[in-house]
Amino acid sequence: MDLLRFITAGSVDDGKSTLIGRLLYDTKNILADQMEAIERASKTRNAGEIDLALLTDGLRSEREQGITIDVAYKYFQTPNRKFISIDAPGHIQYTRNMVTGASNADLAIILVDARHGVVEQTRRHSLIASMLGIPHVIVAVNKMDLVGNSEDAFLEIAQSYKELAGKLSIRDLTIIPVSALNGDNIVDRSESMNWYTGETLLSVLENVNVLKDQNQEDGRFAVQYVIRPQTDELHDYRGYAGRVQSGTFKKGDAIKVLPSERESKIAKIEFGGNEIPEASVLESVTILLEDDIDISRGDTIVTIDNSPIVSQDIEALVCWMDDKKTLKPGNKYVLQHGTARSRCSVRGIEYQIDINSYEKLDEVEALKLNDVARIVLRTAQPIAYDPYQKNRANGAAILIDETSNVTVGACMIE
Amino acid sequence: MSISVNEASDIQREISERSAPDYLDQLEAEAIYIMREVAGQFERPALLFSGGKDSITLVHLARKAFAPGKIPFPLVHVDTGHNFIEAIEYRDELAEQINAKLIVRYVEDTIKAKGLKEQTGKNASRNWLQTFTLLDTIEEFEFDACIGGARRDEEKARAKERIFSFRDEFGQWDPKRQRPELWNLFNGRIQKGENVRVFPISNWTELDVWAYLKREGIALPSIYFAHERELILRDGKLLNNTPVIEPDPEDQIVTRQVRFRTVGDMTCTAAVESAAATLDEVIAEITISRISERGETRIDDQQTEAAMEDRKKGGYF
Repeated sequence: MDLLRFITAGSVDDGKSTLIGRLLYDTKNILADQMEAIERASKTRNAGEIDLALLTDGLRSEREQGITIDVAYKYFQTPNRKFISIDAPGHIQYTRNMVTGASNADLAIILVDARHGVVEQTRRHSLIASMLGIPHVIVAVNKMDLVGNSEDAFLEIAQSYKELAGKLSIRDLTIIPVSALNGDNIVDRSESMNWYTGETLLSVLENVNVLKDQNQEDGRFAVQYVIRPQTDELHDYRGYAGRVQSGTFKKGDAIKVLPSERESKIAKIEFGGNEIPEASVLESVTILLEDDIDISRGDTIVTIDNSPIVSQDIEALVCWMDDKKTLKPGNKYVLQHGTARSRCSVRGIEYQIDINSYEKLDEVEALKLNDVARIVLRTAQPIAYDPYQKNRANGAAILIDETSNVTVGACMIE
Repeated sequence: MSISVNEASDIQREISERSAPDYLDQLEAEAIYIMREVAGQFERPALLFSGGKDSITLVHLARKAFAPGKIPFPLVHVDTGHNFIEAIEYRDELAEQINAKLIVRYVEDTIKAKGLKEQTGKNASRNWLQTFTLLDTIEEFEFDACIGGARRDEEKARAKERIFSFRDEFGQWDPKRQRPELWNLFNGRIQKGENVRVFPISNWTELDVWAYLKREGIALPSIYFAHERELILRDGKLLNNTPVIEPDPEDQIVTRQVRFRTVGDMTCTAAVESAAATLDEVIAEITISRISERGETRIDDQQTEAAMEDRKKGGYF
């Protein structure tokens, strides 16, 4: 059984939390005491009915205001798969929280209110899903019960969404008519919409193939830590601890260390102190090399015939996350890419993207909280990267403010 | 007690080879990655170890992460003096067996040194006072990162917390000012005096932990399995019959066959009636249980809707 991470985007008004609540409830993942707590809380608020949305709002201020402020994680399973649901706030002022949640997702559920169709918020959420390279997108057209479960209404929304998606890079798109409140087409097929013959939401979640989404070609291994026991028996042991970001590595492979360009061969791969024949994407292993070369945290081991780009000049899409300070050309930050950190300076802002209209805005002087733009960076040390849309793991980076140490930018290197 | 790191997982690897990755392998790889980020990013990390199943899992993961080397950080226990003896014995044996440095600091000492006032009356607990000892210990050893076994499925405030959870110089968590945490790029940069709490098994559920303990053949303290015990029956919950719990006129003393589903302080951890004597039987019981782990066994969370959130803001784990 494997694991799927999915994000749900939409505002409370779209019924996002209700949808998650419905998924948990219909797959029997809500326990008796949790249900009692929700019933209790539902009664103390105005609504008399059980409010499944109360399951996901964890912080006191969220419950008080009835909104989701920060990303919440929920865990549930069916006989076929384990799920991590990432519940992200939908309002524009929380765009950075959605970007945060989307960064690790295999799939995005974008909610559309059937009464309103594709709106500004739908466009924004879709852009973020596309920009962050989420391989699978489900558009759940919710509240179908409020438009008389009309097929025409659904088809019209589906058509306008497809037009929007044409401007983005969404690899795998499914559009489903649902009612989270009534549970239609979530886990169980709807009886009120028998014109819909496609899959239910849960069925897509259970069957989508995420193994194929991983980059299996480009061997990349960022060194996290050097294991040197320095005991009598293990006097000369030097193991490079890290996680395979993409591709596979096996004993005997010719490799190159970046940025130093030194070459060697893999002498051995270990897991938990035992030799294993090979390591594939996302495995945390230890690599030992035939030659004693200088390698430390921040270096990347790559297969020799397939190199990433090594450069100090980087162009990236950035989502700006600092609510106090703006990003301006000339500003300096710490860039964290893989396990490497390097100082960098902003050479320029090429253009900003209006996240609602997708228009490019030129001559932008500074980026404010939640702005998305293409920027040019110059790093102090060379960075060994792949374009993000080709390799999510080795094309992602964050910007850190040097004085406050806060993470202020999410970069997708182009 | 025998803890075999390697044998069980070898068998597992053979079975799962070439198919879709097993979720336990995925969770394990993620946790090992996080452990190594701690070792790579911090100068003086520590692993908070209580002898409970979650921190036992952490120690096992840390051994795998750094094998064949030793775990490159000490194990730290904040001992309230109200712990189960079985957990304390396990703690000491494990530390000795894996040759790890074990640091124990006592809440009792903090109470005396600082003149702290203990809770009194029914359901009095040292749970909150642990925070003082923990913060003092962090200061004493200048720990810049503390690894803990908290999971997001445990409680709704924890469901919101980052894997690298930044704490200010007073140890406080500010849920409204959490650092964005993107991809697997963990930002552990801090100023002197600040620290980061790190939760490598954030994404594990209770059942995942049990399944992993079983798969890896990890031994547990005996109180996790069914045994006869003398207990205090109070408000429908079964508490260990110990002098550290202040008696209440309504209490009934009973003998039951029980196991503990979580192992915290005796004052705030309830037993569950059970005949499950093996890991398989425990897993079977939890799988069909209709009550959550903390709901069934924790008295400390049930005081208000935001009990955990408030404790964490004050520097608690």
